[in-house]
Amino acid sequence: MTNTEAREAIEQVSSKFGITPEDYMLPARTEIHMLDINGKLHPAGEQGAEPGHEYPLPSPRALVDAYEQLVIGRRVNDQNSALVRQGRMAVYPSSHGQEAAQVAAALCLGEDDWMFPTYRDTVAVMAKGVAPMEVMAGFRGEWHSGYDPKQYKVSIQSTPLTTQLLHAVGVAHAAKLRGEDTVVLAMCGDGATSEGDFHEALNFAAVFNLPVIFFVQNNQYAISVPLSQQSVAPSLAHKAVGYGMAGERVDGNDLVALLAVLGRAVRLAREGNGPLLVEAHTYRMQAHTNADDATRYRDDAEVQGWIAKDPVTRMRSYLQEAGLLPEATEARIAASAEAVAQALRDGMNSENNPAPADLFAHVFSTQTTQLAEQAALLADELAREEDAK
Amino acid sequence: MSPTATTSSAATGHVSAATAAAAARSADTGTQPVTFAKALNTALADSMAAEDSVLVFGEDVGVLGGVFRITDGLTKRFGTGRCFDTPLAESGIVGMAIGMAMNGMRPVIEMQFDAFAYPAFEQIASHVAKMHNRTKGRMPLPMVIRIPYAGGIGGVEHHCDSSESYYAHTPGLKVFTPATVTDAYLMLREAIDSPDPVIFMEPKKLYWTKEQVDLDALRISHETDAVPPTEGRAAIARSGTDATLIAYGPSVSTAMAAAEAAALEGRSLEVIDVRTIVPLDDATICESVRKTGRAVVIAEAPGFASVSSEIVARIQERCFHSLAAPVLRVTGFDTPYPAPKLEKYYLPSVDRILDAVDALQWEGGA
Repeated sequence: MTNTEAREAIEQVSSKFGITPEDYMLPARTEIHMLDINGKLHPAGEQGAEPGHEYPLPSPRALVDAYEQLVIGRRVNDQNSALVRQGRMAVYPSSHGQEAAQVAAALCLGEDDWMFPTYRDTVAVMAKGVAPMEVMAGFRGEWHSGYDPKQYKVSIQSTPLTTQLLHAVGVAHAAKLRGEDTVVLAMCGDGATSEGDFHEALNFAAVFNLPVIFFVQNNQYAISVPLSQQSVAPSLAHKAVGYGMAGERVDGNDLVALLAVLGRAVRLAREGNGPLLVEAHTYRMQAHTNADDATRYRDDAEVQGWIAKDPVTRMRSYLQEAGLLPEATEARIAASAEAVAQALRDGMNSENNPAPADLFAHVFSTQTTQLAEQAALLADELAREEDAK
Repeated sequence: MSPTATTSSAATGHVSAATAAAAARSADTGTQPVTFAKALNTALADSMAAEDSVLVFGEDVGVLGGVFRITDGLTKRFGTGRCFDTPLAESGIVGMAIGMAMNGMRPVIEMQFDAFAYPAFEQIASHVAKMHNRTKGRMPLPMVIRIPYAGGIGGVEHHCDSSESYYAHTPGLKVFTPATVTDAYLMLREAIDSPDPVIFMEPKKLYWTKEQVDLDALRISHETDAVPPTEGRAAIARSGTDATLIAYGPSVSTAMAAAEAAALEGRSLEVIDVRTIVPLDDATICESVRKTGRAVVIAEAPGFASVSSEIVARIQERCFHSLAAPVLRVTGFDTPYPAPKLEKYYLPSVDRILDAVDALQWEGGA
């Protein structure tokens, strides 16, 4: 039983673009930019565009909506980092500097599309619509995850690297078998592309011709180890061609380019053209987590260099220049970001301790005899503690 | 890699003729000799027929029907959307199955051999076992991971591991292992119906054993709930009064043979078939040991830090005052599974079990 579907799909879509299947699968010669570091739109024809890699400018409305999420995302990162410093939660892996990639990952998806985020993708999870305090339950230590993946079509934030990419493949496969047009976006970082499950997930998605977007945020570091020690591929996007899928790399601090590239990737996937790999080139501005000391492995000069490429500043400059950001809009956006920050502070200041008996409540659908015995033991301990008070 | 040529062709001969849908139905009618493999194959087909969300996939499970032919005929009957081959990657198979279970399917996947499941261990231990818990019960994972396991077939290395302890040690996984043809059918159907993930361990040396079974009657019993579930219920495979032999999967038949031999010597041994390692039926095991006062636990896996040690510990905790002798074990040695020519020295044997029974401090000496 020869599998021809995937190859035929690639042949069809590449001929639509008027290029060879190989040129369709290979990323453009340079990463896709739309804004320069000052927020000036590149003149047409200089957007990394070459045949098959032309990306139209998203609508003004889409850009302003995305900017709002960008500002909220930055506020969420900074607020959560402050809450960690204040001891309100133990850990928060911040995506400060990567907010454009976070926001675009959420906004490119439709309501029934799924997202598979990692621990650093809190901003993307919130931008997809998950209630902030439900997201924060994990970081607060209440439970491993606080939201319903089915309700939001957002899987649990994955800590084991790239394992979630295969789950994304499975969700897409199930949807395809039922004839649904769901697209699934699976997120990972640059270091994670070294994991075996990265390879297995891309290969499975390609072989079964599934609508999965593999979205790699290349933030240059896997904790302390730089990309040069993970891979010597020409780019991470070039890995796509080895699986028979299309790859593209995009400036990960350019929200306009991200929306354009991910938007087209989702469209192509939904039309049955198989999976795609998108690499966003960005930078982790802060340490891996609050427990990490980034000064041990990178120079301040390197970090400073990336401040000039800040995604929020670039997008604001562009929108202001384009007349899309009147003062009233800026004020409304600032207020909505502040409201989210306030909700996070309020939420963190309220006590919400899980019940000890919950330890045993969700191991199996019904409790085993052994777990019931252990639950009774703990209940007895607690009752005696209570009596002793 | 496939098993030895002899065993492989034996499997083909028994199973492949019997799965074309309608023909199979009528052929199943009435009591007849049925192999363990055929019972599993029928359970898969019946579950797929009963529920569209049941999918079967893995390595070589499609047109070939699996290296042991357990999935024989399923692609032909249900199509490539329901039973299909995957690329050769076990973590990928399990990981994709997780996503499918998250999105409304009930995947039943095959790991080709026990030791070939190890690349999937992270997916199993970190996700299959924990998704229900991590999401506070919001995301159950109804899926079955079938693993042909254990030895006794002269298999080459990496084809004969008894890996059940790894799974049993991981909270959130149910671990089933049938020892009879009837249980092979009933337990697989129950595993597929379970809302929880089940590691379904198939003793590969039993694939070609036969019992007189009426598969149609079993199907009806299962579908009308006329039989009690096997989950958490050990079976008393043989009643006895002097000592209890506790075994599971591939070791049950060895324990039964030992009990048979002991009877000739005037000792009445009770044999308990654990059936589901998780959840474990403490009650049945302890009731028997309290009655007999003596026990031997038998398992092929190395004994150190194993399911057999767990059973002994539980008996000791719960039945101490009923015991007339220490609880003993007959298990595989703490060595890697040996090459075929050494297998007979490694595996628990009838003689080794009888020696252990003799050592149970009988009054008047053994």
